[in-house]
Amino acid sequence: MLSLQGALNLALDELLAEDPKVLILGEDVGTLGGVFRVTSGLAASHGAERVFDTPLAESGILGMSIGLAMAGFRPVPEVQFDGFAYPAMNQIVTQLGRIHYRSRGALRVPVTLRVPSFGGIRAPEHHGESLEAVFAHVPGLKVVSPADPQQGYTLLKAAVRMDDPVIFMEPKSRYWQKGEVVTEGAGSPTHDGASSPSPQDVTGARVAREGRHLTLVAWGAMVARCLQVAELAAEDGIDVEVVDLRWLKPIDTETLARSVAKTRRAVVVHEAPLTAGLGAEVAQRITERCFGTLKAPVERVTGFDVPYPSGDLEDEYIPNIDRILFGIQRVLEYKRG
Amino acid sequence: MTAVRQLDLAAVAWQRQGILPAYAPELGQEAAQVASALALDLSRDFAFPTYRELGVARAAGVDMVEYMSTHLATWHGGFWDAAATHVAPIQAVVAGSVLHAVGWAHGQTLQARAASAQSSPEASALGVAITYLGDGASSQGDVHEAMNFAGVFRAPVVFFVQNNGWAISVPTERQVAGGSVAARGAGYSIPALQVDGNDAAAVLEATRRAVAHARAGHGPVIVEAMTYRRGPHATSDDPGRYRTLDEERTDGGADPLLRLRERLLGEGIADEAELEAADAAGAAEAEAVREGVLALGPRPGAEMFDLVFTEPTDELLRQKAAWREESEHA
Repeated sequence: MLSLQGALNLALDELLAEDPKVLILGEDVGTLGGVFRVTSGLAASHGAERVFDTPLAESGILGMSIGLAMAGFRPVPEVQFDGFAYPAMNQIVTQLGRIHYRSRGALRVPVTLRVPSFGGIRAPEHHGESLEAVFAHVPGLKVVSPADPQQGYTLLKAAVRMDDPVIFMEPKSRYWQKGEVVTEGAGSPTHDGASSPSPQDVTGARVAREGRHLTLVAWGAMVARCLQVAELAAEDGIDVEVVDLRWLKPIDTETLARSVAKTRRAVVVHEAPLTAGLGAEVAQRITERCFGTLKAPVERVTGFDVPYPSGDLEDEYIPNIDRILFGIQRVLEYKRG
Repeated sequence: MTAVRQLDLAAVAWQRQGILPAYAPELGQEAAQVASALALDLSRDFAFPTYRELGVARAAGVDMVEYMSTHLATWHGGFWDAAATHVAPIQAVVAGSVLHAVGWAHGQTLQARAASAQSSPEASALGVAITYLGDGASSQGDVHEAMNFAGVFRAPVVFFVQNNGWAISVPTERQVAGGSVAARGAGYSIPALQVDGNDAAAVLEATRRAVAHARAGHGPVIVEAMTYRRGPHATSDDPGRYRTLDEERTDGGADPLLRLRERLLGEGIADEAELEAADAAGAAEAEAVREGVLALGPRPGAEMFDLVFTEPTDELLRQKAAWREESEHA
């Protein structure tokens, strides 16, 4: 059993060992091991040149990472909290996502930006934001978010090995949750079915729980909550399927369509504000593929169109079990007008 | 320099003739650009230009048709191979690539240390990044971050500032507090110097010293070449709204090209016939570039999709297929 934080640390440790071009940089990632200790011990074991602290400047961290990538390295920069990706947004949007294109493929920027993301830890302002729609909207970037320790290990390895820039959104409220992690060194897992934790399974979405009556689509920290909701709904005889989207760009439309073709109902759950959120994109893709078979419009249960609130109001903002159950109920009870 | 001057003037004419949609002239900055680029060893150094570096690109050996393609709207960033030429794509966001130069330079330090650990001869001299920026770009936060990072990491990078007096319509005194970008070096513990940017020999000497300093592992250097943008910022600009012709003549000082000519003749390095031959070669080159540009033609639309990622996504392939079907149908 490993925590998500431990699984990410193990993945980084193995990545540093397998490829001398992998570098980790950011604020406090060296001696301290990062504010969430995800890089703990890595400077000691791989050297202060490969895991190093930078001045406190997010644009600088991203810009330097891009330059290192242009020099043949595979940088894994960290910004300490999601809200601090905003100061780096110029480098992310006008540079990171475009250099391969701008240079007609001559320059590669295999940068994996680790962003501790989403809320749920009663943190100060700008320490709990959901930027997935912002990142996903930028051409040239891939965006992924793990939901549990196995996904953290598996997806981080895949992201860092990719030659394209990847934004890796870590659900910080899940850092300390433990789970089984099958590592690459451990060989093929023996688990069967939809929840296979194979470390080789790196593409697309994942059916985290099979069900017949309705599909819940979620990512990051909301996957665990939706699995909880599915257990509660089962007590009322509602059989909920949970799809962990994993890749927020590109979105795995096939897995979504396959699930909803079976259940004929869907609810998308995310922490980000409703308007222009990724839920709208997911709902539209489901509608395009499953319009004829849908028994109800795709519902969304999301954060609100307000600045991310203080800790005291956080539980009112993040979709909780009751709100998700209401969403399920609206879909199940929908009557065509 | 004369080839750069003629090509630059020709590009403005091509824009007026409707060949190029837009162009950013570098009239008056030939000495700063050509001489600084000649100080580099592009087999191991790397240049990070902006959108006004025709002279740098020409001196660095970039094909001028491929260079001009960006102004023809053929491809953002230009058409040359940045990995092969060691000249990064054209950059429209001012200061956007200044940080990249610092990261690339730090990469040279890391590689040299790794080579040193293996007693490899590569350890002896560092590849140097040179990043071009203007007095306007120096106002951007990324330049502050880049200089601070470079100072902290002692990265082998040369910040080559072309202070041409204007950031579009805003003069240096309203752009750079204190009027000097070089003066900022002290705050970052970066050695800095100002040089007459219209004196090609002085620019070459200063940049060589800066590159040697960085190559030897002594860290970054700021070179501020004091020059003058004699023309408009871009072909859509109207300098008459913010300066008079008299001011242009007075403030521009001596033409860097004429200064070089006088020096070459005065010191007997070249004679009139050789300079005339260089002029003729420059005119012929500009004409050849014009023909090359006209022959370029539009890029195949599929490149729009193919060059986004190294590993294309299914979604992008789907959009490409839809585009192909609908555009062919039309």
